[in-house]
Amino acid sequence: MLSIKNLHARIEEKEILRGINLEVKAGEVHAIMGPNGSGKSTLASVLAGRSDYEVTSGSVTLNGKDLLDLSPEDRAREGVFLAFQYPIEIPGVSTINFMKTAVNEIREYRGQETMDAVSFLKLMKEKMKLVEIDESLLKRALNEGFSGGEKKRNEIFQMAMLEPSLAILDETDSGLDIDALRIVANGVNKLKTPNNATIVVTHYQRLLDYIIPDFVHVLYKGRIVKSGTKELALELEEKGYDWIKAEADAQTV
Amino acid sequence: MTTELKESLIQHFNTLEKTPSSALLVDTRKEAISAFQELGFPTTKHEEWKYTNLKNTIAKTYAIESAATFSAEDIKTLTALPIDCYKVIFVNGIFSPSLSTIDAAGVTIEPFQTSNQEVVKNYFAKNLPYNDSMVALNVAFATAGTLIHVKAKQHVAKPIVCFYLSDVRSANVFAQPSVLVVVEEAASATVVELNRSLGSNTAFTNAFTHAILKKEAYLEQYKIQNDIDNSNFVHNSQIVHEGKSNSYTTTITLNGGLVRNNLNITLGAEHCEAYLNGLYLEKGAQHVDNHTLVDHAMPNCYSNELYKGILDGKSTGVFNGKIWVRKDAQKTNAFQSNKNILLSKEASVHTKPQLEIFADDVKCSHGATTGQLDPEAMFYLRARGVGEDKAKKMLVHAIAFDVLDKVKHDELRAYLEQEIEERLK
Ligand SMILES: Nc1ncnc2c1ncn2[C@@H]1O[C@H](COP(=O)(O)OP(=O)(O)OP(=O)(O)O)[C@@H](O)[C@H]1O
Ligand SMILES: [Mg+2]
Repeated sequence: MLSIKNLHARIEEKEILRGINLEVKAGEVHAIMGPNGSGKSTLASVLAGRSDYEVTSGSVTLNGKDLLDLSPEDRAREGVFLAFQYPIEIPGVSTINFMKTAVNEIREYRGQETMDAVSFLKLMKEKMKLVEIDESLLKRALNEGFSGGEKKRNEIFQMAMLEPSLAILDETDSGLDIDALRIVANGVNKLKTPNNATIVVTHYQRLLDYIIPDFVHVLYKGRIVKSGTKELALELEEKGYDWIKAEADAQTV
Repeated sequence: MTTELKESLIQHFNTLEKTPSSALLVDTRKEAISAFQELGFPTTKHEEWKYTNLKNTIAKTYAIESAATFSAEDIKTLTALPIDCYKVIFVNGIFSPSLSTIDAAGVTIEPFQTSNQEVVKNYFAKNLPYNDSMVALNVAFATAGTLIHVKAKQHVAKPIVCFYLSDVRSANVFAQPSVLVVVEEAASATVVELNRSLGSNTAFTNAFTHAILKKEAYLEQYKIQNDIDNSNFVHNSQIVHEGKSNSYTTTITLNGGLVRNNLNITLGAEHCEAYLNGLYLEKGAQHVDNHTLVDHAMPNCYSNELYKGILDGKSTGVFNGKIWVRKDAQKTNAFQSNKNILLSKEASVHTKPQLEIFADDVKCSHGATTGQLDPEAMFYLRARGVGEDKAKKMLVHAIAFDVLDKVKHDELRAYLEQEIEERLK
C-alpha cells in the first residue's frame, strides 16, 4: 500500500530525513518510535504534504500512485490522514462545518455523489459515538479552548469521518488520560479493516497495549535504524534508546 | 483639474444663496463654505489624507444635486432590503419625503426645511472643527438634509435605513446627503446607512451624519457599503455623547471604488460607552480608508474598537485609529485593534494606531497586525481534503464573521451574512 524509498527531506538547509525506507501493507499496523527530534513528525508531515519541507530525493507511493506529486488535499482524497501531534486552533471554523466540506470534496474527487445534510448528520452521530465525543464540541470553533485530550479525540473523530486508507497518528496518545486513551485506541481498532493501514508514532508502550502493532521501527537521526515486532517496543521501554543510538552511531562513523 | 470642481461648487453655493431655501442654517453654511474655500479638497499632502488620493475623483465633471429620474420600479429595486425597516430615501443627495416611510412611531423623520428649526440649528454641525474640508463641504450645502429625531423614552425597534441613491446612468453625479440624528433621553434607535448607485458613470458621494446622544440614550449605527465599482464614497460621521449614553457603530465595506470613512466620536459625559466595529473586504482596485477618532473628553468612559480587513487583488487599505484621552478623562478604558489579512502580493494596507493620552489613570491598549492567512490553518484544512480555494474562503469567512458576530440586530446580521457570502463567491 505505502512504499517509501530512500526518502530525504530538509528544512532550511537542515537535512532531517536522511534515507527512510518503509513498506506498509494493507491491514498492517506499524509503530514508529524514536528519541525526540529524530524526525518522526517530519516524516508524518512530509507524507501529508506540508510544503515547508523540501524532499531532496527518494519516492513515496500510495497504492502505486506517486504521493509527492500531489497537493495536501489530493493526498487526503487519495486516503492519507494525519492526526497532528499538535492540532492547531482555527477560530471561527467549526469541526462540523469544515468536515462537511471535507467529506464532500473527497467524495467528489472519488466520483461519488455528495452527501446531503441528513446523511451527513447520521454519519456524524455514528462516528461521534465511536470516539465518545460530544456534539457541542464539534459545533465550537476548531480546537479553540479544547483541552489537550479533547483536541486528540477530535482528530480521531475526523479520522473516523474520513475513513482513510492510510492513517498516521502522531503521538495521539500524549496528553490522554487512561480512559481517553482506551477510547481513542478502541476507535482506531474499530476503524481497522483488511484494506487500510495505520502508522502510530508514539513514545509509550502503553498505547501499543491497545493498538497492537505488527511492526515497530526506531527512527534516529532521520533514518530507521532498527525494525522489529511488538517485542521491540517492550525492549525499548525497558532499556531506553542508548543502546540503539550506540549501535547506529557506530555504523555511520 | 482639482480647482474646477471646487470652483463650480462655490459658484453653485452663490447661486443657491439667492433661492428661498437658503435661509436654512445660513450662518452655519456660510461658515462652512468659507472653510471649504480656504482648505479646498484634501490632497495627499494633508497628513490625514496621505494614502487616499481624491485627485482622480475630483478631476471628473459632475452633475451637482441633479434632479431625480428614477422610476418607481428603480426605487423599488434600489431600496430592496429583506429587513422590516423604515426607509429614508435620498436621491442624488436630496432627501425625498415622498419616497420615504416616515410615519414611524416614537421618531420623527423630516426634511430640515420643515422640521423643528430649533433642533436643527442647535445641533447640526454645531461646534464642528472644520479640519477636514469634506465635512465643511457637506455642511455648506445641507439644505436638503433630514432630521431623525428619536423622542425621549422611545425605543424604535425597527431599523431606520437611510438609502443614499445616485443616478449615474447618464452622467457622473456628485451627491451630499446630510443627516442629523438626535436621540433624546432614555431613547434608543438603530440607524442604517446604505449607498447604492444605478448606472455606469461615476458616483461621488460626500455624506455627513451627525448624531447626538442624550442621557441614557442608545444608538446603533450600521454603515453598509456595497455599491458599484464606480462609486466613490466619503462618509463623515460625527457622534457626540452629550449625556451618559452608549453608541454602537459598525462599518462594513464590501464593494465600491474609493471609500473613505471618517468616524469621530466624542465621549462628552461620564460613563459613556462607544463600540466601533469595522470590516473591509477588498478586491480589484478598491481603496478603503477608515479614519476613526475616539475623543475621551470625560472620565470613566469606555471605548472598544475592532476593525478587520481582508484585501485581495491590487486593493489598498488604510486604517488610522486615534484615541485621545484628555487630561480630565481619568479612569478611561480604551481598546483598539486592527487586523489585516493580505490575500495577494499586490494588495497593501497602511495601519496606524495613534494614542494621545494626557490623563494618568487610564487603561488603554492597541494593536495592529498585517499578515497572510495562517499557513498552519491552511495546511490543516487541506490535509483533511478541503481544496486550497475553499480553505481560503473558510478562513476569510471566519475573520469576517468575527466582526459580524457583533451585529446585534438579527435580520440585519442575516442580511449581511448573505451579502458577505455572495461577495466571497
Ligand atoms: N521549521 C523547522 N525549522 C528548523 N528545524 C526544524 C523545523 N521543524 C523541525 N525541525 C527540526 O527537525 C528535527 C526533527 O523534528 P521532528 O518534529 O520531526 O522530531 P520528532 O521525532 O517528531 O520529535 P518529538 O518526539 O519531540 O515529537 C528537530 O531537530 C527539529 O528541531
Ligand atoms: Mg513529533
